[in-house]
Amino acid sequence: MLNLRLNYSKLNAAVLLGGTLLFSACGGSNNEAADSDLSGSIQIDGSSTVYPVTEAVAEEFRTEAPDVKVTVGVSGSGGGFKKFTRGDIDIADASRSISAAEDSMAKANNISYIELPVAYDGLTVVVHPENNWVKDITVAELKKIWEPAAQGTITRWNQIRPEWPDQEIHLYGPGVESGTYDYFTEAVVGKSHSSRGDYTASEDDNVLVQGVSTDPYALGFFGFAYYEENQGKLKAVPVDDQDDSNGQGAILPSLQTVKDGSYTPLSRPLFIYVNSKAAQRPEVVEFVNFYLDNAPTLSEEVGYIQLPAEMYKEQKQKFQEFTSGTTQQQ
Amino acid sequence: MTNSDKNRLKDKAFQVFGIFCTFIGLVVLAVLIVKIIMEGASRIDWSFITSLPSRRASRAGIYSAWTGTLWILVLTTIIAFPLGVSAGVYLEEYAKKTRLANFLEINIANLAGVPSIIYGLLGLEIFVRQMKLGNSLLAGALTLSLLILPIIIVTTREAIKAVPRSIRDGSYALGASKWQTVWHQVLPASFGGILTGVILALSRAVGEAAPLIVVGALAYVPFAPTSPLDEFTVLPIQIFNWTSRPQAAFLVNASAAIIILLLITFLLNGIAVYLRNRQQKKIKW
Repeated sequence: MLNLRLNYSKLNAAVLLGGTLLFSACGGSNNEAADSDLSGSIQIDGSSTVYPVTEAVAEEFRTEAPDVKVTVGVSGSGGGFKKFTRGDIDIADASRSISAAEDSMAKANNISYIELPVAYDGLTVVVHPENNWVKDITVAELKKIWEPAAQGTITRWNQIRPEWPDQEIHLYGPGVESGTYDYFTEAVVGKSHSSRGDYTASEDDNVLVQGVSTDPYALGFFGFAYYEENQGKLKAVPVDDQDDSNGQGAILPSLQTVKDGSYTPLSRPLFIYVNSKAAQRPEVVEFVNFYLDNAPTLSEEVGYIQLPAEMYKEQKQKFQEFTSGTTQQQ
Repeated sequence: MTNSDKNRLKDKAFQVFGIFCTFIGLVVLAVLIVKIIMEGASRIDWSFITSLPSRRASRAGIYSAWTGTLWILVLTTIIAFPLGVSAGVYLEEYAKKTRLANFLEINIANLAGVPSIIYGLLGLEIFVRQMKLGNSLLAGALTLSLLILPIIIVTTREAIKAVPRSIRDGSYALGASKWQTVWHQVLPASFGGILTGVILALSRAVGEAAPLIVVGALAYVPFAPTSPLDEFTVLPIQIFNWTSRPQAAFLVNASAAIIILLLITFLLNGIAVYLRNRQQKKIKW
């Protein structure tokens, strides 16, 4: 039901070794009194999409453990993984799963890690508010618009559905370096990083908002938060994946439809990746647990959507097994 | 129409054209500044300057950003000033007009045109990785020093060139060595020009975000740096980060931070103008 594509297989041997559930020393550090004793520093880098969540958690963690210096960079998912797999940082923010190449890079550097989803983002397909012809759109139609073969041939609205006007269609989307682009192309075109090139691309989603809101013949996509903040200027298009097992017909992105998994395939998980060596330090363990405890409220505060409650519990459990596993291994 | 009438008309036309050109730039700048000030001025207060970054736009501040900028500014000055001025003095006073000097000259002129992101990549490889300085202030300052060195060298040479030959000849005639001449005559006489160049170069460095992001400057730093090896963020990165947020309140924060950054650069430029004027008054040949 959930479209979480957790790559359990990619979790490293360390986790598997730790399968025997040992009570770790870290597991007990959850009581509030011990927290103020924590010190040290935690280095985080990666996706600019995940950044607001991590920033919010780090901000709240300041009151929890004032002596722990948490720093967050925004090198992008790819840039973050590059540093993470070299062992330069403790935690990587990512708006996509780690790639096979990045995983083997980690292995080559003897780095094992755990992947923890922390929130959802619903990629939202938007048009100009005065666009009165698009009532819904199917994934197949989105594919027809965005696939590489569409370049130069699909240029008018009535080529997608005959009843739509005979007007040029203007496309807006995130730049090819962003995780948002990767996810959208994978979900819609079927192949990550593959789409037509003749669309207006920007790394800054506010530029896309500006573009779509001033162009009656525009169609664009970006993260749910940017739609939510600009609802007066944009119109979201319900998306139909033509699979009634996860909600019938075309579905609008909302807190509810993203969370319950009916807004497929365009809702995506956001992750943090934790280095196993870092996960032996008490301040990192405390921070990650704090992250998972507070992600539900904090992620919604910054415009994302929380995972179902039981998933956070699962992640905490998984993380505890992970830390005890690596402790045992060393 | 006589010939002189025609010429006068041409003269008038060019004058109007010149005024028009001058105003294009100024009007665009003025519109930008007015818009920014209208948007951001009310956001600036003491807590904006003394607060750490936050997810709530109303609580977020630029403390770690402006302290980082200040650190970068001071460190870059310490590194780039002596290096750039020495190189300029060498090229102008000592270097013989050989093929090597020619080669150096062309390369320095070329370096001034290299895009800043390239310096970032260079800094990442040399300072961050080879010298193992990490994402530190020092690595950032060294990178920005490379970026502005060509500008400092070129302006130093121009300033030294402007010192009349007779001053040097007089100094040599009194038996001074080359070093004494440079130190006691040429440098003091050209100091205003050199400082102006250095300060203008620094105000360029203050606005750079791209090379620092490559070197590893961060977005969220909940403390003011206390040593050159600390991690850091700077104002342009904070501004960039805020402008890409979905919530409109962060755009107001960005405007407010832009005002602070503009104030810093105007202040630097003001110092440069003051120093130049003072020197022009002081030196009488």
